[in-house]
Amino acid sequence: MIAKLKREYGSGIEPLTHLGQNYMVVDRSLIPELLQRLRDEEEFDYCVDVTAVHYPKREKQFDVIWVLYSFARNERIRVKTQIAEGESLPSSVPLWTTTNWLEREVYDMFGIKFDGHPDLKRILLPDGWKGFPLRKDYDILQQDNEWVQINLGIESGQ
Amino acid sequence: MTDPKTLSPLDLETPEKPFLDANELVINMGPQHPATHGVLRVILRLDGEKVLGLECVIGYLHRGVEKIAENRTYTMFNPYVDRMDYVAAVSNGLGYCEAVEKLLSVEAPPRAQYIRVILTELNRMASHQLWLGTHALDIGAITPLFYTFRDREEILKIFEKYCGARLTTHAFRIGGLQYEAYDGFEDDVKKFCKFVKPKIDEYEELLTTNRIWLERTKNVGTISAKDAIALGVTGPVLRASGVKWDLRIAQPYANYKNFEFDIPTGQNGDTYDRYIVRMMEMRQSLRIIEQAVEGIPEGPIMAKVPKVIKPPVGEVYHSIEAPKGELGYFIVSDGSTQPYRVRVRPPSFVNLQALDLMCRGQLVADVIAVIGTLDIVLGEVDR
Repeated sequence: MIAKLKREYGSGIEPLTHLGQNYMVVDRSLIPELLQRLRDEEEFDYCVDVTAVHYPKREKQFDVIWVLYSFARNERIRVKTQIAEGESLPSSVPLWTTTNWLEREVYDMFGIKFDGHPDLKRILLPDGWKGFPLRKDYDILQQDNEWVQINLGIESGQ
Repeated sequence: MTDPKTLSPLDLETPEKPFLDANELVINMGPQHPATHGVLRVILRLDGEKVLGLECVIGYLHRGVEKIAENRTYTMFNPYVDRMDYVAAVSNGLGYCEAVEKLLSVEAPPRAQYIRVILTELNRMASHQLWLGTHALDIGAITPLFYTFRDREEILKIFEKYCGARLTTHAFRIGGLQYEAYDGFEDDVKKFCKFVKPKIDEYEELLTTNRIWLERTKNVGTISAKDAIALGVTGPVLRASGVKWDLRIAQPYANYKNFEFDIPTGQNGDTYDRYIVRMMEMRQSLRIIEQAVEGIPEGPIMAKVPKVIKPPVGEVYHSIEAPKGELGYFIVSDGSTQPYRVRVRPPSFVNLQALDLMCRGQLVADVIAVIGTLDIVLGEVDR
């Protein structure tokens, strides 16, 4: 399957294996088509997880990762792409309903937007919170003090 | 009136539609409500007593576990994972330790693997017992709570004797175990198996054919296999919808391939089937424990792991079958002593998303039953 995709998309896909786990680094522009194909043609019917990693020193700061699983093949694959700050990704809610909350969490923690998401808002943090905690430039002790003062009536969350 | 099943999930806040028609009512449930099993807030949209849709508001217990991980060493982060699903801390620890071991390319020695399996399966039982007690309590049956807590106590005693803690056990270490099984561990486990077998029948006697229980659980909160897969639901909830899928068999980890056990499944995907599946799972766990305790090999309990854990650069996704479903860890290492990123794929969080679909068209009282049957732990939902 991976060889077939590689043949078709050429340099847009780089299939890799690490510690016996398959993943592919995919060009941002191929993401919508590739995810659709993985679900429809390759039977990856279960989207396990959507997550991101922040690399502040890179030009394209974020890695976004989809972990997919196929019941028919009993196989897992990770799709990984790089995006820059402010760039958005297409939402995969039409493909896998489960990504609704998962994408909201990525937005909540990293500030990555998903186009076409039916209800993209914060999920774990309160709606009015400022800042995206899982970015590397967000300190572990940092909090949205303004929010804390208004809503909790205390000077600081620390 | 529109059929509730055809409403899009987010109609609650569609601006172009009038927010409510004259017959509708929006009420708030929680976050402080004994039946939500923690701090879960649910906004219900009702027509009379019928649920048209609902929205979960979560995050009250958010502690930033993933952020903490980036600021701790691999070893220091190990106890934190116990605080996510605090009723199944052993499973959380197993997933984390195995993920880091995979990054390090080491494997726990066989003796450690056996003890790990025994403790994890005991924990699965404890988790299911707690679920059964509280779920039955929510629906109105008080007795099972006393029965299950009485028997769960015996499991917690074994944990306490093994590692000193009852709930947040921190039982495993990266590379194996810290503690050798105490003297009489095997006997305690065997004695427990013998003790608990008739007790499971006892729970079933109370509920399985109880008319009130049947009325309250049959055809309540039904979810089809197709919907369950689309929603990423795993664990007993998925199996009750008829999908025979268990990570312990599909992609064996630890040494589960050495043991013989079945995957119980249901057909209807309703609350009753999920109850039956979990009851059967308890018996299967006992089967695994009985096989494992007979075969604990001699040998070391710790693999050769460096004192300072510094996995080579790379990333790994490892998941296990926790009592609630697929618990995954995605760890990125940059070659230092601290993980660059730890992502936890929590089963409760993903399963909770199905609540909306499962409750549509049901009564308010059934929402309580469905929250119970999903077996969520808010510590894990919010992390």
